[in-house]
Amino acid sequence: MNRAPEEVVEQLPEPMVQRPGPDASLLIRQAKVLDPVAGLDGTFDILVEDGRIAELADAGSLKTGNGMEVIEADGLHVFPAFFDPHVHLRTPGQEHKEDLETGTRAAAAGGYAGILLMANTSPPVSSPADISALRHQAETEASVPVGFMATVTRDMKGTELTDMSELREAGAVGFTDDGLPITDPGIMRKALQYQRMCGGTIALHEEDPDLSAGGVMHEGDISMALGLRGVPSISESVMISRDAAIAGYEGGRIQVQHLSATESIEAVRRAKKEGVQISAEVTPHHLCLTDEAVRSLDANRHKMNPPLRTENDRQALIEALKDGTIDCIATDHAPHAPHEKEVPYEAAMMGVTGLETAFSSVYTELVKPGIISLALLIEKLGCGGIPFDIEPFTLKAGSTANLCLIDLEAEWVVGEDGYESRSHNSWCEGERLNGRVLMTVANGQIAYRLRSFSMGVA
Amino acid sequence: MKHLLDIADLDREQVETLLDRADSFAEVTRRDIKKVPTLRGQTVVTLFYESSTRTSSSFELAAKRLSADVVSVKASGSSVDKGESLKDTVETLSAYDPAAIVIRHPYAGAASMLTDWVGASVINAGDGMHQHPSQALLDVFTLRNRLGSLEGRNIWIVGDVLHSRVARSNIAAFQLMGAEVTVCGPPTLIPRGIESTGCRVKYSLDDLEEADVIYLLRMQHERMGENFVPSIREYARLFQVNERRLGPRQLVMHPGPVNRGVEIGSRVIDSDQSLISDQVASGLAVRMAILYELLTRTGDAAGETPAGPVPIGEPA
Repeated sequence: MNRAPEEVVEQLPEPMVQRPGPDASLLIRQAKVLDPVAGLDGTFDILVEDGRIAELADAGSLKTGNGMEVIEADGLHVFPAFFDPHVHLRTPGQEHKEDLETGTRAAAAGGYAGILLMANTSPPVSSPADISALRHQAETEASVPVGFMATVTRDMKGTELTDMSELREAGAVGFTDDGLPITDPGIMRKALQYQRMCGGTIALHEEDPDLSAGGVMHEGDISMALGLRGVPSISESVMISRDAAIAGYEGGRIQVQHLSATESIEAVRRAKKEGVQISAEVTPHHLCLTDEAVRSLDANRHKMNPPLRTENDRQALIEALKDGTIDCIATDHAPHAPHEKEVPYEAAMMGVTGLETAFSSVYTELVKPGIISLALLIEKLGCGGIPFDIEPFTLKAGSTANLCLIDLEAEWVVGEDGYESRSHNSWCEGERLNGRVLMTVANGQIAYRLRSFSMGVA
Repeated sequence: MKHLLDIADLDREQVETLLDRADSFAEVTRRDIKKVPTLRGQTVVTLFYESSTRTSSSFELAAKRLSADVVSVKASGSSVDKGESLKDTVETLSAYDPAAIVIRHPYAGAASMLTDWVGASVINAGDGMHQHPSQALLDVFTLRNRLGSLEGRNIWIVGDVLHSRVARSNIAAFQLMGAEVTVCGPPTLIPRGIESTGCRVKYSLDDLEEADVIYLLRMQHERMGENFVPSIREYARLFQVNERRLGPRQLVMHPGPVNRGVEIGSRVIDSDQSLISDQVASGLAVRMAILYELLTRTGDAAGETPAGPVPIGEPA
């Protein structure tokens, strides 16, 4: 019997995979709840039973029993857990930086209950067998649900498309050559044509390598002073404009990763106005830091691609987050080992970790000073799955429990107690941040508890 | 002052003091016995990851004239060739307990990184396209000797400013000493953002007559392959400073090595207006002064406070 393509799509496997574990049952009392999806904002008691949110009731109304774990959350916040569509966990091939176990622990410590893993591993995730093997491995190692992206081009060489349909059937959530741009517009176009048949949003690292020309930081006054090769802002924006035009022409769906420059925001804004199916991410570090930070030449904290840009760019990113031009916050968590980072700036690998600090960093830099609202932060940390047809988590009664418990008053120094991640290249290393994740429930399982945070049993 | 990493770390008074010290060492270099015992028993390591003639030889000789023990390590033919990391190499050399490490490295910030890893004074002898502070100081010293002061002087830096650590440290040093700086070259070789240093930008030599001093940068042939200039021939026609373009009262400097007939005309190099050989001579005195300033700071180890340069054989 012949099947229509739509039916094939319906046969796709569950996008997210997690290690099986016991379902959580706990009562969280007197928590301040903020859930932009359900429109909740108030103090509630939350009853989690067998991994589901059984009841959300007036504060103080739920009673305990049966030896259930009770969390007295007076003064603490509960949010729907976060979802990060842009994470590098380095499996397979570079487990000295991170693996599925350490990486999902880092995600859980940051309040995440779902992450999408980039495909630029070693070797890259380019075949259906790669996807199947990784999903199998995640079933024993991932403490939060993970979804796998596949490459757009075979081994990220930019010349041939991968078997996109079969990759989707094997479980690829979407496609990306992240780490590298797709330089050939003909390949880009064909990938978007193929997408009409097999689905799967294409996430794009937008950069023109000829304009970047070996640059290591934003091109401007500071790159000039430091004698470092600069990456001009237009290196990003010209590729966004190109790909938005191709996506518009082909009716394709693209996600622009890690937006960094004012010109890029304009390109996305224009494309959205024209009706192109385009969405965009911004990282916490681009929201909080500028190229001024690079003066330290501390590659461990401040070398990444795209580079940190100017204060004007940073302000434009914040505005774009507020007005919806930017859809979500994604960390681009990119772990590297010390010997790859404790070298001169130009020689160091690009990338910083971000899962464990995403909420706290943006909360400290943008919410506490009143630049953006707490509700906006929770929304933008939560909605990263939407471009990939993964709905944001919610605390509505009846939902699977995906939540994080956060103490907004807590102050902590990043790295002081080590990291859950195997790597230490946090852009927040040594910073004093406000707001700390105390516990994360992911897909009904308790995925993380802060060591110093204990709870009572009734 | 423990390290010399970046001209921006210095103020005008520190530079004047250092150059006064260099004056007294210049006097020593004119004596029959050119050696002083100031750094006797101390070790100076020079660590060169890039080829160098002037800088490495003059630092080495400067340290020897001050009676230090000198260990010279070059990247080629050493463990660096075998893939040893900068950190491991530096930690290995630290076992000799050097008082100073002089480092040249192809990457910006390499010298600065060393300060986190070792207790020695670190001297930046060139880091990538970033800084070359001892060059800037010897250039200021050379000009001070010829002109008395740089205050209000008009200095043009001409050529490949984009790839030049000399340009970056010299703009800062010349401005610190009160000079007005103009950079000049084809737009492909002038870095974006250079105006933020307070210098003027010119894309032709038309107004070159304004300059009191013309500081030429080496035009590297490999830049042509990278399309920064269409041809060396055209570059020379547009930007070469030769006897036709040079006014009678203008001085010419060049950090070396020069490309005769490219950025500079042969006859200019050999003319009285050229300070190129003065620069090389100044290099030795200034680098002796740098080592002296960094390694004889009061309150240092063993409480020794050397009083100044004393020839060997005379009571210190």
